Amino acid sequence: MKDFSAFDRRQFLQLAGIGGGVVFASALARGGASPGTSARGFGDGQAPPVAPADDFFFLQLSDTHWGYSGAANPEADSTLKRAVATINALPVQPDFIVFTGDLTHTTDDGDLRRKRMSEFKAIVGELKTKNVKFLPGEHDASLDKGKAYTENFGETHYAFEHKGLHFVVLDNVSDPAGAVGDEQIAWLKSDLGKLDAHTPLVVLAHRPLFDLYPQWDWATRDGAKVVEVLQTRKDVSVFYGHIHQEHHDTTGSVLHHSARSLVFPLPAPGSVPKKAPVAWDPEHPGKGLGWRRIQPKSDDAGKRIAEVDYAKG
Amino acid sequence: MRTRLVRLLALALFAATGACTSAAPAPATLVHVTARRFEYEPARIVLKRSQPVVLELVSLDCHHGFDAPELGLRADILPGAPARLCFVPERAGTFAFHCDVFCGEGHEDMTGEIVVEP
Repeated sequence: MKDFSAFDRRQFLQLAGIGGGVVFASALARGGASPGTSARGFGDGQAPPVAPADDFFFLQLSDTHWGYSGAANPEADSTLKRAVATINALPVQPDFIVFTGDLTHTTDDGDLRRKRMSEFKAIVGELKTKNVKFLPGEHDASLDKGKAYTENFGETHYAFEHKGLHFVVLDNVSDPAGAVGDEQIAWLKSDLGKLDAHTPLVVLAHRPLFDLYPQWDWATRDGAKVVEVLQTRKDVSVFYGHIHQEHHDTTGSVLHHSARSLVFPLPAPGSVPKKAPVAWDPEHPGKGLGWRRIQPKSDDAGKRIAEVDYAKG
Repeated sequence: MRTRLVRLLALALFAATGACTSAAPAPATLVHVTARRFEYEPARIVLKRSQPVVLELVSLDCHHGFDAPELGLRADILPGAPARLCFVPERAGTFAFHCDVFCGEGHEDMTGEIVVEP
C-alpha cells in the first residue's frame, strides 16, 4: 500500500508554492468543532470489521459557475482553467474528481446554458484524471428541471462503488424548490438496502441536506427525510457545495462537509444582514477559493480531509 | 370568559397553521404582496404584534416561493393562483423572508423583511 500520508505532505507543500496553501482539517467532530480539534476522521470512526481497501484519494471541486461575470471574481474566465492546471501538476493524480454542482452560472437562455456546459466540459476534459463525476446545482438545472444538464452530463442521481466505499449522488436542485422528492428517496432506500451494513457510505449533493441556515435558503426542502434514511447506517459522510465555503456539521450519525467554491466565497451563515459574495481582494486574488482532497482510508485521521487554497498569494 | 377562550383558541390555530380557514378570527389586516423576478412588492411589511394578518401573495410571472423561517411561514406562489398566509405575529422584531424557489440569476436578491412593531 502506498504511503500517502508522507507523500501528500510534500505534494501539498508543492501546491502551496504553486497556488496557495493547504489547510489540513479534520474538523469532523460532532457539533462542528474547529479544524484540528478532533481525531475523528472521515466517517464515524467505527472501523468496519473488514480488511480496508486500497488507500486512495479523490478531489471535490464545487461551484465553479462557469459563465459568471462580475466584480466578485474579475478572473472568472481563468479560475477554473488554473485549477485544472494546478491539479494536473500533482505528481500523483486522484483516483477521481467530483464536481458538486453549479458547474455553470445560470442563464435564462437555453442555448447559452448549453454553450456554457459545453465549454465547461472542454475545460475539465483537460484534467489528467479521466474519472470525473458530476452532479447538478440549481444554476445548472433548476430553470429547466435538469434538461440541459442531463443532455450534457447524464443522470442527475446515481450510485457507484470505489475501493470498498459506496457513493451515492443525490439531486436536490432539479426541483426548483430544492427538494429531493419521494421517488428519489425511495430509490435511495432501495440502493442502501442492497449494501453490507459495514460498507462506508459517501453521499454527494449540492445543497446541504440539513437546515444549515434556512434564512439564506441553505437547506433542502425534504432533507430531513433523506437524513432519516441515511441515519440507518453507521458510517455516513456527506460532501456538498452551494454555500461557497468550508463548513462541517453533524446530524446524528451523519457528517456533513461543504466545500469552497471556485468562483467567489460567500459569508459565514448569518454573519451579515444580507447574503452577497465576499468582495474580491485585489491584494489577494482568489482568496477564499479552493477545493478539497479526501483520503477515506488514511490511517492518519488528521489528514483525511484537506482544504486546498486556490489563492495565488 | 368562554368567548375569550374560544377567541384565544382560534388565534392559536390561526397562528400555528399559517393556513387561512373560515374559522380565522376577524378582523385581520390584509396585506397584498406581489412577487416577480427578482423582487417582492412591498419588500418591507410592517405589522403590529398580536394583530391577525392575512398575507395575499400573487406572482406576476413564474413560480416563486415565500419563506420566512423565523415566523414559520412559507408558501408557493404560482401565477394565476394567489396564495394566502394567515398568522398572528406574537413577537416584535424584524424577520427576513426570501424566495425559496429558484427563479433565475437574481434569485438570491429576492428577499424582504417583516417588521413587527410592539
